[in-house]
Amino acid sequence: MRYKTNRRSVRELAFTALAGLVLVAGCGKPPTLVGEGDRLQILHRGSSSDPQELDPHIVQGVPEHNILQALLENLVTEDPTDLHPVPGQAESWDISPDGTTYTFHLRAGIRWSNGDPVTAHDFVRSYRRALTPSLGCEYAYMYFVMKGAEDYYKGKTQDFSSVGAEALDERTLRITLNGPVPYFLSLLNHYSWWPVHLPTIARYGDPYQRNNRWTRPGHFVGNGPFVLERWEVGHVIVVKKNPLYWNAASVKLNEVHFHPIESADTEERSFRSGQLHVTEQVPQSKISVYRRDKPQLLRIDPYLGAYFYRINTTRPQFRDKRVRQALAMAIDRKTIVENITRGGQLPAYYFTPPDTVGYTSRSAIRYDPEGARQLLAQAGYPGGKGFPPFDILYNTSESHKSIAEAIQQMWKRELGIDVRLLNQEWKVYLDTEKRKDYDVSRAGWIGDYADPSTFLETFLADSGNNRTGWANAEYDRLLKEASRLGDRETRYELFQKAEAIFLDEMPVIPIYHYTRVYLLRPEVRGWNATILDHHPYPYVWLAPRPEASLATASAAAQRP
Amino acid sequence: MLRLIVRRILETIPVLVLVATITFFMMKAVPGGPLDTEKNIPQEIKVQIEAFYGLDQPLWKQYLSYMGNLLRGDLGPSFKHANRSVNELIAAALPVSLELGGLALCVALLVGIPLGIAAAVRQNTWIDYLASTTAMAGICLPTFVMGPLLVLVFALHFEHFNASGWDFPRDRVLPALTLGLVYAGYIARLTRGGMLEVLNQDFIRTARAKGASETRVVFRHALRGGLLPVVSFLGPGIAGILTGSFVIETIFNIPGLGRHFVTSVFNRDATLTIGTALFYAALVVALNLAADIAQAMLNPKQRAN
Repeated sequence: MRYKTNRRSVRELAFTALAGLVLVAGCGKPPTLVGEGDRLQILHRGSSSDPQELDPHIVQGVPEHNILQALLENLVTEDPTDLHPVPGQAESWDISPDGTTYTFHLRAGIRWSNGDPVTAHDFVRSYRRALTPSLGCEYAYMYFVMKGAEDYYKGKTQDFSSVGAEALDERTLRITLNGPVPYFLSLLNHYSWWPVHLPTIARYGDPYQRNNRWTRPGHFVGNGPFVLERWEVGHVIVVKKNPLYWNAASVKLNEVHFHPIESADTEERSFRSGQLHVTEQVPQSKISVYRRDKPQLLRIDPYLGAYFYRINTTRPQFRDKRVRQALAMAIDRKTIVENITRGGQLPAYYFTPPDTVGYTSRSAIRYDPEGARQLLAQAGYPGGKGFPPFDILYNTSESHKSIAEAIQQMWKRELGIDVRLLNQEWKVYLDTEKRKDYDVSRAGWIGDYADPSTFLETFLADSGNNRTGWANAEYDRLLKEASRLGDRETRYELFQKAEAIFLDEMPVIPIYHYTRVYLLRPEVRGWNATILDHHPYPYVWLAPRPEASLATASAAAQRP
Repeated sequence: MLRLIVRRILETIPVLVLVATITFFMMKAVPGGPLDTEKNIPQEIKVQIEAFYGLDQPLWKQYLSYMGNLLRGDLGPSFKHANRSVNELIAAALPVSLELGGLALCVALLVGIPLGIAAAVRQNTWIDYLASTTAMAGICLPTFVMGPLLVLVFALHFEHFNASGWDFPRDRVLPALTLGLVYAGYIARLTRGGMLEVLNQDFIRTARAKGASETRVVFRHALRGGLLPVVSFLGPGIAGILTGSFVIETIFNIPGLGRHFVTSVFNRDATLTIGTALFYAALVVALNLAADIAQAMLNPKQRAN
């Protein structure tokens, strides 16, 4: 008798946990975020990390851009298909014949989200704030095309009237440039140029200092299609349609929710469980699975960026450009993009991505192991004999590691050179690279705006992003000359010459041009492939088909 | 007893000062700083930002001003989360971590103790083997396997839960299970060991001899002593549940403290690193103290001392 009681109690205990699970599993399937979102026009977007800030004059990242784009609007904005500048807060503009003066005419009746009118003075005040040294705007150099901006920023003058930004009246803004800058309107689409509401900022602290709390929900005042509703660190950012936006009638989305998910695996699982409409990334191992099973969900868009290796040209063994050329020619880029990265990346035979606003480099590197061996022999290392072993530095990442291993093997096989791999944590790697304490270092560069100069100017002798120790007077001269020209043909000719020098000197080894690889649900409309991965929200909407779930979508794809 | 408690609390002060000091100087010693980014910040701009955060001061001055602020309970501004203070970030993340930890602890105790008792009472039968194997599996299966596995089955296959997030009550289930089951394994093993030891003692035989039911013997007489090892494990165990949730927080994208603790190091967000390290140190000390007191209350031998 005693035993029976006992056995039962033991069994009861043992199955308590299981029973709990069954109980929970018994409740019906809950509605998904995406399903609710489709019904209410709420877009759920994955975002790889928390924004550092939502102050356009302080931030410097991509996740920040994606959110700010919903909250603020500049004089011009971007066309949703090819990002060419279209009227935003300004309804029109005049450009002086010499291309140095832009006069913007603001729309009538435009307002901030708190009801204040948006005036030309707001823009001038914003520029002044961005250029005030005490704020420490990290992208202030984006303003340096404007007359007097650099001097004001560097404290050479305290007089803002010397800067080429002037409000002629409430609705007319004149910006004077140092020279014709043919990509100026595209530059305006970088958030460092976006306007802020100074009176609001002043209410929450010193507008010319950091750590101001104006960007909190409830404080934030913007002029974009959406207003900030919630911001919980590591959790979610919610923006809501702004009824005061001039074009509110054509904004179809009611809300956008940004979900900061750092792990690509977690993000992919969230997408599958119906929590996201669009992801920021796809785990590399999943790309081929999606390509095979659910190609309609996988998006691969060209992206304005280059993946490359910097060569430290101050190291004795890399002073000879023939060595650098040999290293570049011995890499089989096609193998790398097809077998390692697998995301439709383009093998890079030049630095500036192809068709950057109509510019494609005519000079190119060849994949030519035989030629590489000859060059190395001419440089004094036949068969790689006597070439000092060196390190490939990369920051911790599976993909960087696999690429470095492949290149290590290619250099060993084709050139007989011994290479070691050196893996460092991100910030240590940045520090090492900046101190030029490396031999060869993995790097990436994403264009700030749509123009070849954002790539080529990186390697000017005095550029802080050069970090290779390489300098070439003719290269610098060509680019400086191009920056003073307005005519696109002539500029591009100068860029061609400069890039030819760059590829001949080979201070960096281009490996591939980026693509943006992400997952997108079929009901998201107006989400176009653009080279900067910008997707202006007023043109995005959700069009759920009846039962457009993942399961039925894939079943439909399998039907003959 | 009171003297013990007061003495232990006083002992924590130098411990916390030491933790703050060591973390401070270690964060300064690692290469790379909060302002290092892939795109170069022009020197003039860097100087401005450094001045704002006081990074242009000599190290000893930075240290003194940090410790001064600490005395006033101010953990300083975060670098990565540019308009939030460390106090705010911890205050926002703590309830989440506590909730996750509390639920996981319930899972651990509700699964672990019954499993351990069952195994001890039916020692060397199939029940014991099943319970011990389950406990071992819970310990051996790392959370980064267990988590995605649970998601795969219950979120992606049966679609009862979300794969990640912390929005709805049901979002708590899978993370709490993942975190709790590991500790359930430990607790089951400790309970089994403790119970076996007690069940073989004379007073249990006496209890049986005077005709107490087996249920009464197990739950009334043996359990009290048998749980002692579990209680002493719970001090560091609870601290582990609360601090060791980085992996869980990443797998399930939960806005808790564990992620701040780890990612702040990668961001070189020194103030946030020191703040979370200090917080965790205080937590470990407090929980160990609580475990000692609980143990003293349960164990007549220690109470006498």
